[in-house]
Amino acid sequence: MTTTTAHHDDHGHHGPAKGIMRWVLTTNHKDIGTMYLWFAFTMLFIGGTMALIIRTELFQPGMQLIEPEFFNQMTTMHGLIMVFGAIMPAFVGLANWMVPLMVGAPDMALPRMNNWSFWILPFAFGMLLMTLFTEAGAPNFGWTFYAPLSTTYAPSSVTFFIFGVHMMGISSIMGAINIIATILNLRAPGMTLMKMPLFVWTWLITAYLLIAVMPVLAGVVTMMLMDIHFGTSFFDAAGGGDPVLFQHVFWFFGHPEVYIMILPAFGIVSQIIPTFARKPLFGYASMVYATSSIAFLSFIVWAHHMFTVGLPLQTELFFMYATMLIAIPTGVKVFNWVSTMFRGSMTFETPMLFSLAFVVLFTIGGFSGLMLAIAPADFQYHDTYFVVAHFHYVLVPGALFGIIAGVYYWLPKWTGNYYNEKLGKFHFWMSFIGVNVTFFPMHFIGLAGMPRRIPDYALQFADFNAIATVGAFIFGLSQLVFLFLLIKTIRGGEKATDQVWEGAEGLEWTVPSPAPYHTFAEPPHVK
Amino acid sequence: MDSQAPKEGIKAGKTVRKLIIAAVAMFGFGFALVPLYDVFCELTGINGKTAGPVERVEQWVDTSRTIKVQFITTNNAGMPWEFKTLQEEVEVHPGAWTQVEFWAKNPTKEDMVGQAVPSVTPFEATQYVQKTECFCFNQQTLKAGEGRKMPLIFSLDPRMPPHIRTVTMSYTIFDAGAFAE
Repeated sequence: MTTTTAHHDDHGHHGPAKGIMRWVLTTNHKDIGTMYLWFAFTMLFIGGTMALIIRTELFQPGMQLIEPEFFNQMTTMHGLIMVFGAIMPAFVGLANWMVPLMVGAPDMALPRMNNWSFWILPFAFGMLLMTLFTEAGAPNFGWTFYAPLSTTYAPSSVTFFIFGVHMMGISSIMGAINIIATILNLRAPGMTLMKMPLFVWTWLITAYLLIAVMPVLAGVVTMMLMDIHFGTSFFDAAGGGDPVLFQHVFWFFGHPEVYIMILPAFGIVSQIIPTFARKPLFGYASMVYATSSIAFLSFIVWAHHMFTVGLPLQTELFFMYATMLIAIPTGVKVFNWVSTMFRGSMTFETPMLFSLAFVVLFTIGGFSGLMLAIAPADFQYHDTYFVVAHFHYVLVPGALFGIIAGVYYWLPKWTGNYYNEKLGKFHFWMSFIGVNVTFFPMHFIGLAGMPRRIPDYALQFADFNAIATVGAFIFGLSQLVFLFLLIKTIRGGEKATDQVWEGAEGLEWTVPSPAPYHTFAEPPHVK
Repeated sequence: MDSQAPKEGIKAGKTVRKLIIAAVAMFGFGFALVPLYDVFCELTGINGKTAGPVERVEQWVDTSRTIKVQFITTNNAGMPWEFKTLQEEVEVHPGAWTQVEFWAKNPTKEDMVGQAVPSVTPFEATQYVQKTECFCFNQQTLKAGEGRKMPLIFSLDPRMPPHIRTVTMSYTIFDAGAFAE
């Protein structure tokens, strides 16, 4: 597909600077990508610790470990940190590292803004996490922060939460602008849009979604800020506002946000499966169109989160059918992945294992999503553990497995070393077993009626909750194996070839391993 | 490459400008959703909020059917007023004007401002509820210990679909001290 003269960095005018200031001042896409990834990994452990606190409390019925107020803070912070601190920055980190390499660009289009958009994040999350140590406690109104719970009845720390959301919103918007500008303007000669790797395509569409909805999120928290401090009443019925309006505006952001967290994972898996099946991706063009359709549909399905709020019948029907329509492009994608593997010469290295688990388990999450889309049935499922099971199936073995698969896939290119395959496979199996033991029982307790976001529950849910807690610890601890593997690989290991994987194709595999500090100073030519 | 660089810079600059404008526009769109939502709800009545005062016109009264109209009152959390309806239920012919009374009393030792927020069920009946007078149109000020009868004069549009036999009008009273006009 591509030819390049392996262009070593023989200008040698500057490698990375030395010391801490390298990381503070860097405008290099690889450095910034690395920082994003480590930041996301740190947040994964912080959010994961909160998840384990939640699961420990839920190990048995009754209150044994923490106060209910603190439990609410944990569920809220766990959601916020995982969504905005772990999944989204990890994808931005992968985009920073890989998009320039995949389109043959020397760097991101706006390197200084790139530095700025990363360095906002630690401050945003520092501010958010700081609230845990205030007298009022951290936000406790759920990651969806429905008004009036998050306005009239909120702890005073809500203002820090609002500014935290503003800051990470700005960071995401700047990151998205940068990615679009890079993809649209810095592609190597010959790299037409329909020749772009799917990871680049999915990120391009994701970036547009970010630009469309992150400002709406900023808007809704600004309205909260004004209701709390400036006497407006956007969401206060006493002053003529409407709390249901909050839910409409929030989910107008919230539903596309769901796809922001999954489309890049679709892209990663679409890179990995052809490599290890040693066949080109089946249905490339249909993948691009399916991704675009999902992105478009994501704007007209938001009220399926609000079926029980009191919508008229016609509205429920519209949102139910529109939601079910999403199953079609998603089905096209799953079909294409399976067809890519069909009669391929498959091998099962760790990235492939995570990708296969992604396809299977994400599909389970998709099916439970279809069940939830049935408006009359949703009245039973709404706000139960079935919903928790559903979105964790699409976010953990979905988005997170996609990220982990990508890290394993590109790690030899980043570090120049192969990771330890045995350890990688061990990590995979522990994660795979852990994730299913944690979240599969939640389907059952949800259908049986256990509500979400409660620190205590009725006795009949005890067994499945205990199983889920055991699974959560298996999953959580196996991520320490991942951390160990990453450090080990960075420090040394079997030297990786430039192509790294036998079946790998694309510009990123034409540069040396590890990828030099500057790549594609002269654009490669794509045939 | 070097000769291309400035041109690329200009191209990226254009893209970036468009994207920044899009982001700012979407921030505005978030706020535009507020009036859009109100207009949409007013047109369709789907949030059950009835429209403001209408001119009283004597209209055709459909005596062939009788609609049961029920009244419910609720106090929003923390609102200490005594607030109730004096008729729990009336039977009306569509088109006829009917007056009912509500009672509110401020039992506290301070003057207070309250605001009642209406809601109609089923939603599709909302747009057929006409009110010439309602205590919910304005904030109500009650001095410490003061009680007052508050009127509601309404009719149901005769064009209301025939399958609606019962209409429930709910009023929730809020402490509107923070929003006193």
